Amino acid sequence: MYDIVIIGAGVVGSSIARVLSKYDLKIAVMDKEADICEQTSKANSGIVHSGYDAHVGSMKAKMNLRGSKMMESLCKDLDIPYRRNGSLVLAFSKTDLPKLEALKDQGDANGVEGLQILSTEEVLLMEPNLSNEVTNALYAPTGGIVDPFKLTIAQAEVACQNGVEFKLKTKVIDVEKHDDYFIIFTDKGEFKTRILVNAAGVYADDVNNQLSAYKLKITPRKGEYCLFDKQVGNIVDKTIFQLPTALGKGVLVTPTPDGNLLVGPTANDIIDKDDISTTAEGLKSVIDRARKSVKQIPMGFVITAFAGLRATEQNGDFVIGEAIDVPNFFNAAGIESPGLTSAPAIGEYLGAMIANRLNAIEKSDYIKTRTDTVRFESLSLADKANLIKENPEYGKIICRCELVTLAQIKDAIHRPLGAKTIDGIKRRTRAGAGRCQGGFCSPRVIEILAKELHLDPREVAKSDSNSVMLIEFDKDSL
Amino acid sequence: MINRDIVIIGGGPAGLAAAISCYENGNKDIIILERDNSLGGILNQCIHNGFGLHTFKEELTGPEYAARYISQVHALGIDYRLNTMVIDINKDKVISSINETDGLMQIQAKAVILTMGCRERSRGALNIPGYRPAGIFSAGTAQRYVNIEGYMPGRQIVILGSGDIGLIMARRLTLEGALVKMVCEIMPYSGGLKRNIVQCLDDYNIPLRLNHTVTKIYGKERVTGVMVSEVDENRQPILGTEEYVECDTLLLSVGLIPENELSRKALVKINAKTQGPEVDECLSTSIPGIFAAGNVLHVHDLVDYVSMEAALAGKNAVKYVNGLFKPGFSIIIEAKNGVRYTVPGTINPNNAEDITVVRFRTGDVYRDAYLSVYLDDERVTHLKKRILTPGEMEQIIIPKKWFAERPNLQKITIMVEKE
Repeated sequence: MYDIVIIGAGVVGSSIARVLSKYDLKIAVMDKEADICEQTSKANSGIVHSGYDAHVGSMKAKMNLRGSKMMESLCKDLDIPYRRNGSLVLAFSKTDLPKLEALKDQGDANGVEGLQILSTEEVLLMEPNLSNEVTNALYAPTGGIVDPFKLTIAQAEVACQNGVEFKLKTKVIDVEKHDDYFIIFTDKGEFKTRILVNAAGVYADDVNNQLSAYKLKITPRKGEYCLFDKQVGNIVDKTIFQLPTALGKGVLVTPTPDGNLLVGPTANDIIDKDDISTTAEGLKSVIDRARKSVKQIPMGFVITAFAGLRATEQNGDFVIGEAIDVPNFFNAAGIESPGLTSAPAIGEYLGAMIANRLNAIEKSDYIKTRTDTVRFESLSLADKANLIKENPEYGKIICRCELVTLAQIKDAIHRPLGAKTIDGIKRRTRAGAGRCQGGFCSPRVIEILAKELHLDPREVAKSDSNSVMLIEFDKDSL
Repeated sequence: MINRDIVIIGGGPAGLAAAISCYENGNKDIIILERDNSLGGILNQCIHNGFGLHTFKEELTGPEYAARYISQVHALGIDYRLNTMVIDINKDKVISSINETDGLMQIQAKAVILTMGCRERSRGALNIPGYRPAGIFSAGTAQRYVNIEGYMPGRQIVILGSGDIGLIMARRLTLEGALVKMVCEIMPYSGGLKRNIVQCLDDYNIPLRLNHTVTKIYGKERVTGVMVSEVDENRQPILGTEEYVECDTLLLSVGLIPENELSRKALVKINAKTQGPEVDECLSTSIPGIFAAGNVLHVHDLVDYVSMEAALAGKNAVKYVNGLFKPGFSIIIEAKNGVRYTVPGTINPNNAEDITVVRFRTGDVYRDAYLSVYLDDERVTHLKKRILTPGEMEQIIIPKKWFAERPNLQKITIMVEKE
């Protein structure tokens, strides 16, 4: 019997697990995927929103503000990249000015600090590559950018190092409520738990609706993105938004913490909860709309495109807390944007609630920090030299585009909740995330994964067991 | 800090030929820095034949061609480091590299020869919509799996792009037991060599679909198929021509990009057309003492030309170290009417060899056209060409005597003419 089972190893599930891991409790996180951070958390903008978008008094506003405030020190504890670069919402005509002002008023009411309306001249002084059509902008100095993979993985690692079990490749099929416990039926057997937490992303309505009469309806809202080479990563310094529409915050143009340029997302409601395919129309619309904000979108420097699904609940707000009719069942559902920003706050909020319910006692040996895999590329020459002296495997470059070394890849494999797949290595080290997109390094990464995990190279997968890269030996089919 | 006269970055065909040329022209204080675990570069995985017809008058495989240069490097005792990644070059020619045994190594060079080669364009650059499953490989990566590692990346293959590596891999994968269903090419002509179309596709009954492209990739975990569509003259898919092709692998052979990230760090000026450094007749870049040759400069079709070009860069690096460059007026070479670019882009007659070879590619297919050279307004060359195609590199010879005869020459123009 577990004290707590959390369904979903995305950024929300991992945040909740991290917070609860400081208590003396038996906790498991379950996910159908082979790695943490495999669904919504892996495909989003990576923005730490300052909090002017959410309606006053909403759960979104509350969690966004708190999450934004927590982010800097949390990222320090987790040793992950975070930068408070500030954000701008652009207006393109004088008639948009009242909308900007309304957004500012909403932000002020939500408690966002430092919001300012800027004139054309002020905006262009700040960001000279923006379109000349810009008439005004709302400047939010507290906006930031974070690595969404790292924010998820690092929190899961902290949970793991403090004793939380991660049951990956474990698909929840059914959940059953009993008097004072739940039974979770999975493809890996049954599990019992006193508290059940639903952080199942786009599937959170399925989990909730099996237990609660208060039905949720989550629509996957697809967002498509284009990612650009680091060579053009400094076209803008701040995160550039346009005025929000009914479907969301619109297309943004932003640097990433690693120095790429990211453009997107679209917002299209779809039916299939697994449909993360990009579309010709989507990619075109991303670029067309980004061109409205930024003078020149350097199309020759696109290195990849991807799509993610927002878990949009029909009532438009986060659903966070204990289900009214199901004691000990806690939802963290409908976590769409600003979900990444809010995740640490959701963890704090639900964590406190659940710990209180269980009268949980804090552990004396809780470790709240972790050390990230070395980011070799960002070190000074002297630091690089010293590191190679300590461990010569830092002198062996595997990914030439992102300057990722053998030592980093081995660390990513052998650390808590280590990488088992090519995508897992990519998200932990950036090997394969650069301009050649794994063209040169993937053969080596396969070789290292096979060696370190004692696998046959034909078993090494991109993301799960059905996504193997190499099928057979030469001539096997002859 | 170590001092060397000449540092060569990259030990592929260009780097090897450059090093040997430096040595033969009298400078032995040279070192090759190679990031891979052996010399030879991409030739090591090109196990097909057809290399060296111009240089050695015989058909060699890639590894054999490389071996001729590698054994010469050994025989001459030229210094090199393997598994050594150059992470920085500055404009003062200080090169920082790392490897497992030397750690951080910094070399102050008098001259540098850039021979880093190129990389393959990835799916992202094409923005092909669909899922991102396993089973999408660039042709060169697949070549490495098959020829070096001994593994097949798939059983049923569609190849997008008819660049030479894609054509070579169509044959290779067929010989190793895969079914290559088709090669799609968005352009109305192939980007590869004619001989590769005949020997790699026609001989194996692999269809080449010109004016066709992949418009969607299917399969959530592993590729299960692709949608192939015909395109119109603007390269836009034509509605109603979609054909679903079942496959487990999509190979991309959609172009090569010179790898100039290091060149940019050294503030070398990059040409927008070639994506390689701008160079003069000596293959000197915009930074004096930094030279470039091979695919880092512009993408070649035949390795023989890479070797020749690199030998010239080596010779001139030695001249530079010896202080033998003469200042002088540079004549501009203008690429016009179908000629996409030229390498070199300028000629200083004071430093030119007896003949200067100007290499270039055309931007389209031309039949029964002429390649013309104008010296200012005077046409001096008018060569009949049965066919000019972007897949094959062309060259024009500029003799030095032209400059002596025309001391006021400002501009050389190379163009395609109908008549």
